[in-house]
Amino acid sequence: MPSSISEFILVVVMLTNLALLGMSRIRTSIRTVAIQGMMLGLLPLFISGHGLTLPLLVIAVGSFALKGIVFPWWLMRTLQAANAQREVSPVVGPSASTALGALLIVFSFWLGSRFELPPTVPLVSRLALPVAVALLLSGLFVIVTRRQALMQVLGYLVLENGVFVFGLALAHQEPLLVEMGILLDVFVAVFVMGIAVFHIAREFDHIDVEKLSELRD
Amino acid sequence: MFELAGLSGILPAVFALLFAPLLLGLINRTKAVVGGRCGPPMLQPYHDLRKLLGKGAVYSRTTSWVFRAGPIVTLAATVAAALLVPLGPWGAPFHFAGDLVLFAYLLGLARFFTVAAALDAGSSFEGMGGSREVFFATLAEPPLLLGLVAVAKASVGNANWFDLTGMHQHVSGALWQDAGLVLLFVAVALFLVLLAECSRIPVDDPNTHLELTMIHEVMVLDHSGPDFAFILYGAALKLWLLSALIVSVVVPRMSQPWLDLAVSLGSVLALAVVVGVVESSMARLRLVRVPQLLVGAGVLAVLALVLEAHT
Repeated sequence: MPSSISEFILVVVMLTNLALLGMSRIRTSIRTVAIQGMMLGLLPLFISGHGLTLPLLVIAVGSFALKGIVFPWWLMRTLQAANAQREVSPVVGPSASTALGALLIVFSFWLGSRFELPPTVPLVSRLALPVAVALLLSGLFVIVTRRQALMQVLGYLVLENGVFVFGLALAHQEPLLVEMGILLDVFVAVFVMGIAVFHIAREFDHIDVEKLSELRD
Repeated sequence: MFELAGLSGILPAVFALLFAPLLLGLINRTKAVVGGRCGPPMLQPYHDLRKLLGKGAVYSRTTSWVFRAGPIVTLAATVAAALLVPLGPWGAPFHFAGDLVLFAYLLGLARFFTVAAALDAGSSFEGMGGSREVFFATLAEPPLLLGLVAVAKASVGNANWFDLTGMHQHVSGALWQDAGLVLLFVAVALFLVLLAECSRIPVDDPNTHLELTMIHEVMVLDHSGPDFAFILYGAALKLWLLSALIVSVVVPRMSQPWLDLAVSLGSVLALAVVVGVVESSMARLRLVRVPQLLVGAGVLAVLALVLEAHT
């Protein structure tokens, strides 16, 4: 039953999302986002009702490798260099963030039921749109409320995962959209790296400049 | 729509009243075995209760009738709540639409009187425990009610809303296939509520005395003799009731009554073993982390409700 597996994956993604909102340790947060990325990498394998197509396979492998392995590895390296282990004073505390995350999910389920899609586009799963919106919103929320640059990068990654799910939900029949999704992926990846370096540079330059030079290689 | 279903209808309550202290014994035995000790006999809680009932009580001159009423009202409310929880093949002695709200607030009444008695003793230490107890109970209420509503919606749809026995009768293997994730989330959320409500380890340590971080134990320090026996028995009963509640809304019904009863009782006991394993394998959370745990439980319940509403 492909649809129920994809729903299971989407629910796990939503759980990782909520877990991320309640975390303060950066290392665990990176791992959580890595799990989320891997789950999303598996998602394209299960959305197609009629067999696996080449574009879907390419998306699956690409996003699994990038989001599940490369990004987390890169962020872990950055974390070692950054000398900041945890989010000490977020604007909104962990409990309140988790509770707000639940509200965001309720809101996105409501919003997901209000989307008017053309009847020719069959939805991958009835959960796909709400989960995509929830990821988008909570990614934004993390960016706005966390003070550590790396947590903000994770927020960007979650936001991008939302874009990915959104694309995938509609890309069922539309290979072009899938292609666009990958392009968007790569673009956002570059974007994220740029912002990370920028934020870290600004955050830590007067604390330890030596460590920033390690970011270069 | 009150309904007393014959003599066999009161059996769930009889089981609860008889075997509740056994759960405490089982938890302690599990912890002992995991820790490599022999541990006290399984029936030790019964002996403790008998010993306490034989003693006299000491009352401080600063206390009023509230202090004396506390343990009695607490136990009475908990026993009343026992009449609302189904078990195995039997429905609860009393069931009607909305009984789960009554269940939640009977436990709330019990808690209120425990806290009131603690405050009546006039010790700032006990007031602190009362404040914590009430705070955590506030956070434990949403997951309990939302989780039960999610199961109610999954199992019986809109008819017979909030009827624990009605929900219990509709939990089956087929329901697990339809709404397995919902039931799983509710089970986890309710288990976290159980740990918090029964002051088990990640939230509170039932073994510590005279420590600044205790919650439930600190409130009952001034009670002695029969009063303390009532409190111990009430706590055991609450543990049984919440376990039976989880089992009744999560474990699927069996076709044969005897098998059904065996599975239900086995699940209740298994839940106590799980509590024991959790207690042996993790440390108590820092007090500031406890709200996060309970908010997490609440979020799981919300998620279950949203998933259920969306199908």
